Amino acid sequence: MNTRNEKSTALFRKEMVKESLKQSFVKLNPRILIKNPIMFTVEVCTAVMTIVTVYSAFSNSQGSFVYNLLVMLILFITLIFANFAEAIAEARGKAQADSLRKTREDTPVKLIKGNKIEHTSSSQLKVGDEFECIAGDIIPSDGEITDGLASIDESAITGESAPVIREAGGDKSSVTGGTKVLSDRIRVKVTTRPGESFLDKMIALVEGASRQKTPNEIALTILLAAFTLVFTIVCICLKPLADYSGTTISIAALLSLFVCLIPTTIGGLLSAIGIAGMDRALRANVITKSGKAVETAGDIDTLLLDKTGTITIGNRKATNFYPALGVSEQDFIAACLLSSQSDTTPEGKSIVELGYKRNTQERKIVTTGGRLIKFSAETKTSGINLEDGTEIRKGAYEAIRNIVESAGNSFPKEVEDTIVDITGNGGTPLVVSVNKKVAGVIELQDIIKPGIHERFERLRKMGVKTVMVTGDNPLTAQYIATKAGVDDFIAEAKPEDKMEYIKKEQTAGKLVAMMGDGTNDAPALAQANVGVAMNSGTQAAKEAGNMVDLDNDPTKLIEIVEIGKQLLMTRGTLTTFSIANDVAKYFAIVPALFMVSIPQLAALNVMQLHSPASAILSAIIFNALIIPILIPLALKGVRYKPIGASALLRRNLLIYGLGGVIVPFIGIKLIDLFIGLFF
Amino acid sequence: MNTEILGVIVQVILMLAISYPLGKYISKVYKGEKSLLDFMKPLENLMFRISGINPNNEMNWKQFLKALLSINFFWFFWGMILLVCQGSLPLNPDANIGQTCHQAFNTCISFLVNCNLQHYSGESGLTYFTQLFVVMLFQFITAATGMAAMAGIMTALAQKTTKTIGNFWKYLVLSVTRILLPLSLILGFILIIEGTPMGFNGKMKVTNIEGSTQMISQGPVAAIVAIKQLGTNGGGYFGANSSHPLENPTYLTNMLECIAIMIIPMAMALAFGFYIKKKKLGYSIFGVMLCAYLIGVVINVNQETTGNPRISAMGIAQHQGTTEGKEVRFGSAATALWSVSTTATSNGSINGMHDSMKPISGLVEMLNMQINTWFGGVGVGWMNYFTFIIIAVFISGLMVGRTPEFLGKKIEAKEMKIASIVALLHPFIILTSTALAAYIFIHAPHFVAGEGGWLNNSGYHGLSEMFYEYTSCAANNGSGFEGLKDNTWFWNFSCAIVLIIGRYLPIIGQVAIAGLLADKKHIPEGAGTLRTDTVTFAAMTFAVIFIVAALSFFPAHALSTIAESLSLH
Repeated sequence: MNTRNEKSTALFRKEMVKESLKQSFVKLNPRILIKNPIMFTVEVCTAVMTIVTVYSAFSNSQGSFVYNLLVMLILFITLIFANFAEAIAEARGKAQADSLRKTREDTPVKLIKGNKIEHTSSSQLKVGDEFECIAGDIIPSDGEITDGLASIDESAITGESAPVIREAGGDKSSVTGGTKVLSDRIRVKVTTRPGESFLDKMIALVEGASRQKTPNEIALTILLAAFTLVFTIVCICLKPLADYSGTTISIAALLSLFVCLIPTTIGGLLSAIGIAGMDRALRANVITKSGKAVETAGDIDTLLLDKTGTITIGNRKATNFYPALGVSEQDFIAACLLSSQSDTTPEGKSIVELGYKRNTQERKIVTTGGRLIKFSAETKTSGINLEDGTEIRKGAYEAIRNIVESAGNSFPKEVEDTIVDITGNGGTPLVVSVNKKVAGVIELQDIIKPGIHERFERLRKMGVKTVMVTGDNPLTAQYIATKAGVDDFIAEAKPEDKMEYIKKEQTAGKLVAMMGDGTNDAPALAQANVGVAMNSGTQAAKEAGNMVDLDNDPTKLIEIVEIGKQLLMTRGTLTTFSIANDVAKYFAIVPALFMVSIPQLAALNVMQLHSPASAILSAIIFNALIIPILIPLALKGVRYKPIGASALLRRNLLIYGLGGVIVPFIGIKLIDLFIGLFF
Repeated sequence: MNTEILGVIVQVILMLAISYPLGKYISKVYKGEKSLLDFMKPLENLMFRISGINPNNEMNWKQFLKALLSINFFWFFWGMILLVCQGSLPLNPDANIGQTCHQAFNTCISFLVNCNLQHYSGESGLTYFTQLFVVMLFQFITAATGMAAMAGIMTALAQKTTKTIGNFWKYLVLSVTRILLPLSLILGFILIIEGTPMGFNGKMKVTNIEGSTQMISQGPVAAIVAIKQLGTNGGGYFGANSSHPLENPTYLTNMLECIAIMIIPMAMALAFGFYIKKKKLGYSIFGVMLCAYLIGVVINVNQETTGNPRISAMGIAQHQGTTEGKEVRFGSAATALWSVSTTATSNGSINGMHDSMKPISGLVEMLNMQINTWFGGVGVGWMNYFTFIIIAVFISGLMVGRTPEFLGKKIEAKEMKIASIVALLHPFIILTSTALAAYIFIHAPHFVAGEGGWLNNSGYHGLSEMFYEYTSCAANNGSGFEGLKDNTWFWNFSCAIVLIIGRYLPIIGQVAIAGLLADKKHIPEGAGTLRTDTVTFAAMTFAVIFIVAALSFFPAHALSTIAESLSLH
């Protein structure tokens, strides 16, 4: 957890601010700035003002030199603020990336060439190469284990200090470059070229180097550009209209009006919002392959979740022992313990665990001399034959019933009732027989994660339907689904069932997200609109999905959905705020422009601003200052509340729409009180 | 005074009472469901057969627009030729001469785009032949064009996913035979009963009370007045429009004509809800339009029924409100109601001089046209509102954290591009043309003097006159601040250009948006979907529309209407 805390850095760190300030000036380069049409027009205005300022040093026709200089400087600062917002967002992403990159420094490699081992460095690796790692080695590259098993410390990436087990074959065969082998020895085949691994892609992504505008961002930019265009027209047309009315408008005043009216607030913060969205995903330890995936996550209608590990904690656990009539509880527990000695499955282990806890008489469990009977598909039971000839078997109801009845014994009615009860409660019964007579039933239960019910409730309020995927029979699945509060379930699921479900939902026009780790999940991950692969999963799964969760935490999808929604909301609310601001700015600047030649228009000066010059300066100062004031909001995102779309719209309209109208009136007035002392 | 206000209230109630069933009926007509006027079918089929049109042939949005534009193109030549040659055509008992080229260009375009801006007086500028076969014909078919375009959009939005949006020719013909013609006949007959002329005799020679003789123009007036009011056309038979005693003889005809302005635009807004089977959405759109309309009515009635403070300052009582430029037969309140109705709907007919009204009334009238979505022109007014819904949906969708969608269709970059262009085109053309005129007025006084000086009033009001003229053109409204001497080379041409851009670009854009949306995958409504039929969303759309207009036009108003109003006190 320590590493995680380090990651959630303060919003503005000293060195970050310094670097961002430097970047703010670098970004003034028109070739870079033209990507942001709104701020580009501000730059053009600043350039024009510079000329006017120089001119005003020699002539008085455009107002005083000091006044023009101030306007020019404020416009320039507006630009710097907007650039700073983007730079600080990038810097935060970069800081994140740098800490990850530390793990990417050239690591030594033990390359396997035939039977020999060659020492080289990670930069020399090619796809398909095989290398060896033993305890203490840093894994030099992403790859798949071809041989062996090892415990690995992935804290460098995930921030979780508990080591994880990775082994050849199966779904947990992939390793990530930069992680450390803690024990044992593995052989790993390189799957990605150095520089193209997930971490590298991620680093590039968060640094903004390969950041592409998302469709939604493009649409918003179009709207903002249109606003900019119309205000260009408004301002250009104002000149002849003023000429007609016999008013002279100075260039400084006209440009100030223009810069105030165009949506500089959202224009300056737009790219910062986008970068921060991906950064927030990263902070949640999710690598997104594109910003679009984060946005799409906000639109998800249906969420497919595996039962195991997501809704329930790990595997089923033994929760109760029900001895048959005539069998003492302690005898039964002893039998259960004996029968489970050879059972290494999680269920078996949980029986032993519970058994020892309940073994109040401290009876000694002796298996020496006994013969362990392993589980076989043929008998569907496992157990032990003790030295004294006692045969203990444990297995599913059908299997034990066969054993019991074929020996001529009857299957007790009350045990059957218990079994029905257990099944009805979503549990799985395991029957234990001693010498072909029923001794009792062990109840295995899924443990539903605490708090999961509330999380599903939250998702429902967001409008997301949750679907549980499980291998259980429909009855058990139904029980768990109800208890956990999911909306639907797929029971006895095969991998292709997931795929079918996703396709069905998509045909109905819904967006589907799913999480998966195995190779057989890959097609479904690719089909889903948002596919989150676990970092522990296979390479194929990771390639197929569009996000990778470094924590391997299946509930992460819920966070991703919220991050996506936050991203869109932040854009929407700041756009509204920006446009709403214009009302107050009009009431500051328009009277200031015409008050001298048309005294009646002084009535529009509702804020009672001190003088035309102070009114114009106050308006542009407010316009500049609001950008840095809103940077924290842009970076953190507007908080999402699952209160339903209409209520949310009402709430945000009140805060950012109405607030956007009122705040600048107050802000401009306050600034004017100060500026009024000088102008 | 109280009876005047009562008259206003009765008219508004009647508008609502008529437009509701009419909306239901219109939805049935476009859907092809059984309706009252199915006996028109043989006539329609005959027209289709003669024209070689298969009315069941579905068109995609591009074919739909192609049909719309090509028929408009044809009508342009039709109108131009008849107007220029009218002097030598039949039905010209008063021997009026043909129009000059620039005037014919302006007149033809103006009627073609359903604007009916008139830079001529009907008594001398047209013959009975052109009154009927240019003016009245265009008043029917251009209104029907707008309605057909809206029918296409409704078809596109009603279905889940579709490539085709119906048949333009079918909607065009049905709009005339099932909606415009029957309503016009009813209104026309009432007008004749009340005294409006309908005949082909030349000017009437009358000896008046003073004993001198007077020539009174007449002609097929009733027919034209009816469709002029119903089809949001507004082009009067006489120069004085509905303030002329023969065009609007009694208080009853005044009421009916004013109601006629509103009923089809109102019914179209309701028809949308019935057509796509989302009544609540229809009502919420209607509600926003109605609120905005009523706010305007309250302001103008208040402005006009209270006198001018400058005159009060002279110690003159003004019990009847500001009476300059008004018909005392109708009173100030009725004129105020008409002025709001005619500008909100892009009708443009008048029963009093807008130029003489108080500056704030002028502001409301101009804002109505600058916004151009409070009911608006038949079909097209609703379509303008639709553009703003797209923008409102986009912004509010973002605000609730969901990719914006309307009626189950995602709004993406392409639709946003078109919607932004259409929404911002309106301020663009109004402001640039007004600025151009103001620039020429100041910087090229010789040219202006050569054109007769343009303005009757100088100062703020003069700017209002020019501002109003282009606003009226861009909104395809057609009313004027008649202080402007507008039958000049400059105004005829510049207005015609504004008229064309203001009409066709929005229609093309709006139909294109609907076509693009129709083709998209339909997303079923879920718990997270932002509902568009709520009061919150209605308020949001209102705010978007109002702020866009207020922000674009505020500086220009500050220099014209607002400055003038403030200087009254």
